[in-house]
Amino acid sequence: MAATYEVHVEGDPPVTVIALSGQIDREALAALTTAYDTVQETGPEPVLLDFAAVDYINSTGIALIVGLLGRARADDRKVLATGLTDHYQRIFAITRLSDFIAVYPDVDAALSGTTRS
Amino acid sequence: MAAAEVPYGEPELTGDAEMLVTTGDKRSRWRRGRGSGLSPVPPPPERTDVSVDIAPNDPIIRYFTASPGAVELSALTLESPALDAMRAAGIVLVVPLVTNGELVGLLQLGARLSERGYSKDDRQLLDSLARYAAPALRLGQLVRQQQVEARDRERLDQELKVAQLIQQQFLPSDLPDLPTWDVAAFYRPARTIGGDFYDFISLPDGRVMVVVGDVTDKGVPAALVMASTHALLRETGPRLVSPGAVLARVNELLCVDIPAHMFVTCLVMVLEVGSGNVVFANAGHNLPYVRADDGQVRELRATGMPLGLMPGIVYEEASAVIDPGEQLLLYSDGLTEQHNAAGEMFGFPRTAGVVGMATSAVELADLCVTELARFTGPDIEQEDDITMVALERLGGAGLRESGSFARELVTFSVASDQGNERDVVRRVLEAVSDVRLTEDERQRLSTAVAETAMNAIEHGNQSRSEVPVDVAVRHRPGLIEVSVTDLGGVRPDIDPVEPDLDLKLAGLQTPRGWGLFLIENMVDSVEHVVVGQRHTVVLGLTIEGDS
Repeated sequence: MAATYEVHVEGDPPVTVIALSGQIDREALAALTTAYDTVQETGPEPVLLDFAAVDYINSTGIALIVGLLGRARADDRKVLATGLTDHYQRIFAITRLSDFIAVYPDVDAALSGTTRS
Repeated sequence: MAAAEVPYGEPELTGDAEMLVTTGDKRSRWRRGRGSGLSPVPPPPERTDVSVDIAPNDPIIRYFTASPGAVELSALTLESPALDAMRAAGIVLVVPLVTNGELVGLLQLGARLSERGYSKDDRQLLDSLARYAAPALRLGQLVRQQQVEARDRERLDQELKVAQLIQQQFLPSDLPDLPTWDVAAFYRPARTIGGDFYDFISLPDGRVMVVVGDVTDKGVPAALVMASTHALLRETGPRLVSPGAVLARVNELLCVDIPAHMFVTCLVMVLEVGSGNVVFANAGHNLPYVRADDGQVRELRATGMPLGLMPGIVYEEASAVIDPGEQLLLYSDGLTEQHNAAGEMFGFPRTAGVVGMATSAVELADLCVTELARFTGPDIEQEDDITMVALERLGGAGLRESGSFARELVTFSVASDQGNERDVVRRVLEAVSDVRLTEDERQRLSTAVAETAMNAIEHGNQSRSEVPVDVAVRHRPGLIEVSVTDLGGVRPDIDPVEPDLDLKLAGLQTPRGWGLFLIENMVDSVEHVVVGQRHTVVLGLTIEGDS
């Protein structure tokens, strides 16, 4: 299933959530690019990548996430993530993405920003 | 003002010191000319080369190294052949050129032309000259040394390329298509290129002559001897047919002009495809192994002198039958004589053990390579060419599932279409559904297989739909092995550098290049095997709860 996304703002202080679903691979390029374009239009809030409905991330997907992280850093915007399975959390750790993206067990934890996993 | 530095020479010096020999004193000659009014300035003496050999153990080296400035030779009382030689050559003053505690040269001066001794000013001038000259000279020596080394390296590289070209010219580009037999061949040159070769020669009576050989020595000379041996075998093989007669004839012809220190080991085997009958003769080569259907391994024995050592050798022939389901391995000593970091040799018992584990000809060659890699470990350079020819007579009782033998769970192919890696993962997971894997092991296997299959589809087969990617899944206690094969041959590193997120975020590395990194972090071993155009990646996943 090709990647789809939905962007909304949640919480106080507000966080822009990109809720992703499907597969984060080569086909997800357009989805991730336009999702982040939307985030930029929305405002300066941190962005939360919600992977709860994602069933597959491959090396090309990792490259896309690196690209998105690069854009966010250029905007001076914090990037958070949630909904990653243990396996993908491990991949975030070995690729060191989790050094730059705070990973939370669920959306509520990310919004309150307290219980960093 | 005439230049007064005389004589100048480049004396020989053992060790890496260098000598600069100058003498003379402009100032004193100028004064003398003026003072006498009438006396003409004497013409500069003829250039003479002063050559003094200093043995590395001559005590004068230590003395000069420790000496802070100009040394008057007349004041020395050392027992030194070099000192005697210098004195005999008329040298009176030596200024050691020392930099970083190392003697790199000597400034040697003869008697002053003014007939007076060297003044304090002269010595100070020489000392400060030495202070500048020593590091400059050292630098020059280093540059020259590097140039020599670079030239040597270039020459070696060139020689290697030539040897490689010659050798590849003579390796068969295709394997023979033998009904009811599977054939696999593997050849991997060492960095320095030995002289391994193999060949399949069709005989007029329909049988096939299989040849495996190894020329002693390396580089271009070995490649040339290999080329002539190969040509002689090709010429005599179909004419004489009998392996013993072929070896005897090739030996006679080689003995005529093979370089003195070289010889060739060679095994010639004639195979009758329909009956499995083999006749063979051996010129000092490793004995072939046969793996029976029940996993027992036996040697095919035949002995004889290597080719090219002496004329008049008779090669005895032996015969055997390869039964359906049996596999045969012919191999060079690059396999058995490879050492690991501890200095142990791979050896015959290990080789025989690996032969016993294989279930097909292709797997036989693959297993030898992976087991050898496992034995040597990373960072150990391959010492010699490795050549293997594996033959399997099909039609045995089928795949075995006993002891520690690998059990083939599934083999299949997919078209090289983007996205088919998901299909590969699904089918591999189906195949291992009966193996007790933890969720973590299953996930790691999925990611590694997906990335490997994606590389095979996109990089190996260039996404050409009609070219298949072959997948095999094997299980033995405690281990799952997945082989993924494309037809891209040797391919340049897909991800040549270790991905570094800091560099990527700074725009100094492409955001991509995670494939191999992920694979290597997901499974316990990753081996690359290239046989002709077949590029196989073998992933090994150790399973905790399965032994």
